[in-house]
Amino acid sequence: MATAPLKSAPRNAEQRAAAQTVRRNWLLSAPALALVALFASLPLGIVLVYSFLEAGQYGNVEWRFSTAGWTSVILTRDIFDGTVGFADAHLTIIWRSVKLSLLTTLITLIVGFPTAWFIATRPPRSRALWLFLITVPFWTNLLIRTFAINEIIRNEGLINTVLLRLGLIAEPLRMIYTDGAVLVGMAYVFLPLMVLPLFAAMDRFDMRLLEAGYDLYASRWRVLRRIVLPIVRPGVVAGSILVFIPALGAYVTPRVLGGGKNMMLGNFIELQFGQGRNWPLGAAFSMALFAVVMLAMLAFVRAAGREGGR
Amino acid sequence: MRRFSITSLPGFTPIALLAFVALYLPIIALVVFSFNASKSMSVWGGFSLHWYESAWANDAMRDATTRSLVIAGWATLISTTAATLAALGTTRTAAFRGRTFIYGMVNQTLMVPEIVTAVSLLIFFAAIKVATGYQGLAYLVLAHSIWCMPLAYLPIRARLEGMDLALETAAADLYASRWQTLRRITLPLMMPGIIAGAMLAFVTSLDTVVITEFVKSAGQDTLATFMLGQLRRGVTPEVNAISTGLLVLTVLLLAAFFLITRKRG
Repeated sequence: MATAPLKSAPRNAEQRAAAQTVRRNWLLSAPALALVALFASLPLGIVLVYSFLEAGQYGNVEWRFSTAGWTSVILTRDIFDGTVGFADAHLTIIWRSVKLSLLTTLITLIVGFPTAWFIATRPPRSRALWLFLITVPFWTNLLIRTFAINEIIRNEGLINTVLLRLGLIAEPLRMIYTDGAVLVGMAYVFLPLMVLPLFAAMDRFDMRLLEAGYDLYASRWRVLRRIVLPIVRPGVVAGSILVFIPALGAYVTPRVLGGGKNMMLGNFIELQFGQGRNWPLGAAFSMALFAVVMLAMLAFVRAAGREGGR
Repeated sequence: MRRFSITSLPGFTPIALLAFVALYLPIIALVVFSFNASKSMSVWGGFSLHWYESAWANDAMRDATTRSLVIAGWATLISTTAATLAALGTTRTAAFRGRTFIYGMVNQTLMVPEIVTAVSLLIFFAAIKVATGYQGLAYLVLAHSIWCMPLAYLPIRARLEGMDLALETAAADLYASRWQTLRRITLPLMMPGIIAGAMLAFVTSLDTVVITEFVKSAGQDTLATFMLGQLRRGVTPEVNAISTGLLVLTVLLLAAFFLITRKRG
């Protein structure tokens, strides 16, 4: 299989062996490729096709070409005078999703950066334990964690009960079913996604660089900004991608903590395939979300590449 | 005067410790209140296993648990097998045309938002359900299999990349057949990666809410969608008990994962 090729062997024998290896590689990958092609790529293609069809009356689609699904993502036709205007309800949802996802990324970065640094600077023995402590929430069911936050902030929840008992408030603070609740919930559930890649970058960081910085009379702030940040930047980028993308498509957290009013894109898409019964609109929204995620990923990767190459 | 520590940065340690408290406080509260005798979830009424008993007595909950485990078992088997083969085909080999393509395909579901995958499978399987009349669990198993694929693939690939070809070359020099080499050398060496990948796939399958919610037929609740339904109807303390049970399972699997990857890796 992997014997060193003899120097005197004819070149085409070598080529034949290489071609055989490539064929073997494709064969080995075939089951995975077939599964993904059939049950991930093909369905995704169908969504794209559906986004260009007409909505059926009771859900599903009529097989007639139409761009109504796409145009109604941001535009709407007034039912009385037929004038075309912006679909404010849709724009509100899009804006809320983007805003909350960016804020979630920012908050998890601000909290996650010191946390990852703290773990990375522990002595090797306790580092494994701290890392384990960040991994447990990461692998704990998202539903459970959202539910735990729900228990803390709802009207009869822990915070309100404690505050009421202490006499600090007269009636429960209404925290749940607000944008703020969704933001807190998302920052909570996505924090480990930020910490882990940051830690991976900081783990490789050579601490002697800090010493060199201090020897040259740099302040702590300057060391952080000029030495640490540039080197761990790929970790910052990776963490931001890992938080921003699932946040933008979040479904469970806004549904549980935001209630029916504070919808995000994920909930709106679900609505179109449920009660909304507008599959092409839902399909167009799905594809738009997918495209935005792809663009965001490209932008992040390019940002990482630019800084890394310096 | 305090010793100057080169690794500490201003304010970092308090923020980190607060982050850990914030991460664990809600989870700990959830676990504690699952043992609460009173129905209220914020007033302590004494220790009791009442909610565990009533959760266990709930047939719908037991069905959902069994279904979750069956689906996770099949999805783990399928995704880990396919991922192991794909990892063998894409590592430790000279670069070839299409390797990036294979890599992208296997990891495809990582790049697509879960809600989009869920919607696409809803449309796709709805058509198949109408055409064939089959309503069984296979849809959920297949959906979970592709969703768990990258999580099984990545640790296996990482393990393989850390193995050099010297032992396999030695085996071949000693006239071992390819099959013998694979079975006696390659597979045992990559086993920690396979076990790690399988565990991650299993946990991921148990966690998958959105895809399950969209793909399942009537009466096919898994534990995750059952809990989501309970949340919709207003929370009962039973959910606390179920959550605690799942939490314990996750921690046990993770601890095993850490031990395996640390000892052999």
